[in-house]
Amino acid sequence: MGISIEELNSMQIDVLKEIGNIGAGNAATALSKMISKRIDMDVPKVNILEFKNVPELVGGPETEVVGIYFKVNGDIGGSIMVIIDKKSARKLTNLLMDRNSEEDDLDEMDLSALQEVGNILSGSYLSSLSTLTNLNLTVSVPSLAVDMAGAIISVPVILFGQVGDKVMLIETYFSEGTYHVKSNFFLIPHEDSFEILLKSLGVF
Amino acid sequence: MIDIIKVGMADLNTTYCPGVLTTLGLGSCVGICLYDVSTKISGLVHIMLPSSLQIKNNSNEAKFADTGIVKLMEVMIKMGANRRKLISKIAGGAQMFNFNDSSEIMRIGMRNIAATKETLKKLNIPLVSEDTGGNYGRTIELYSETGILLVKTIGYGTKQI
Repeated sequence: MGISIEELNSMQIDVLKEIGNIGAGNAATALSKMISKRIDMDVPKVNILEFKNVPELVGGPETEVVGIYFKVNGDIGGSIMVIIDKKSARKLTNLLMDRNSEEDDLDEMDLSALQEVGNILSGSYLSSLSTLTNLNLTVSVPSLAVDMAGAIISVPVILFGQVGDKVMLIETYFSEGTYHVKSNFFLIPHEDSFEILLKSLGVF
Repeated sequence: MIDIIKVGMADLNTTYCPGVLTTLGLGSCVGICLYDVSTKISGLVHIMLPSSLQIKNNSNEAKFADTGIVKLMEVMIKMGANRRKLISKIAGGAQMFNFNDSSEIMRIGMRNIAATKETLKKLNIPLVSEDTGGNYGRTIELYSETGILLVKTIGYGTKQI
């Protein structure tokens, strides 16, 4: 049986936070290279929350958000989910494609640009994780959905729900000039993978 | 002004007429409404997983289809609902993300629906209508006055079931 989020001690949480930090830093660098502009990043916030409070973080369960979902394979199994609110998504696509659209709906181009951002975020995170742990990790192609926050979030929450009643969420703010983009990042190791992960980080 | 009572994820609540019960942004989860047609006592449970038997940490009864529906029925009976007058309506159980290899975990919505129906059948509570499956989220509102269940979506319209 795997351990759940609520059983983690403060040192284990600190280590996971630090990985979040490094991963987000790498992601900011990668994004910045892609658009050839400087991207600043705040220190990510790592929250451990009860299920029912999660949708509030992205503006309530009925707010329309973009969810990008990946599967993690290799030495540990799990999933990664990136959630970006629609306003931030629009800013990001404008930034990436160097334009100033105010259109509320996201078109095919926008969605594919967002998938790429998701790829960068999860790839950066996983590569720092892989470097620190010496675990062999690969990430699947992304799957994207635009819908109510509650419905999107139910996916990682259900995955976490198999082992506990709380989730771990890494909240990161990126900014370029006047653009501020908030991304929420969930890492969901499968049941036994948490233990493998913590062991290889030397904190289990 | 009619009270609108919110039901969170892995949670349940009940009301006497004319209360309204709602749960926002159902994805792969399933919202199960029980309604006593004689007293109009209404209940709503928002379940996340099919079975409490497959999970170690199963203290929250409202999280699972099997225990959540039973618990909701018990609460309603305590409030004075008539067991034999209960009907049910369900919504949710979508598959929000698509992958080529549909693993067990990705099909959780379908499994939630199946477990819900099985539990309702075991309890002999007729399922009168449903709006389930698909790949989109739903917000539902149960009106105890009429027993109508309103299903709202983004881009897929609103309907009464």
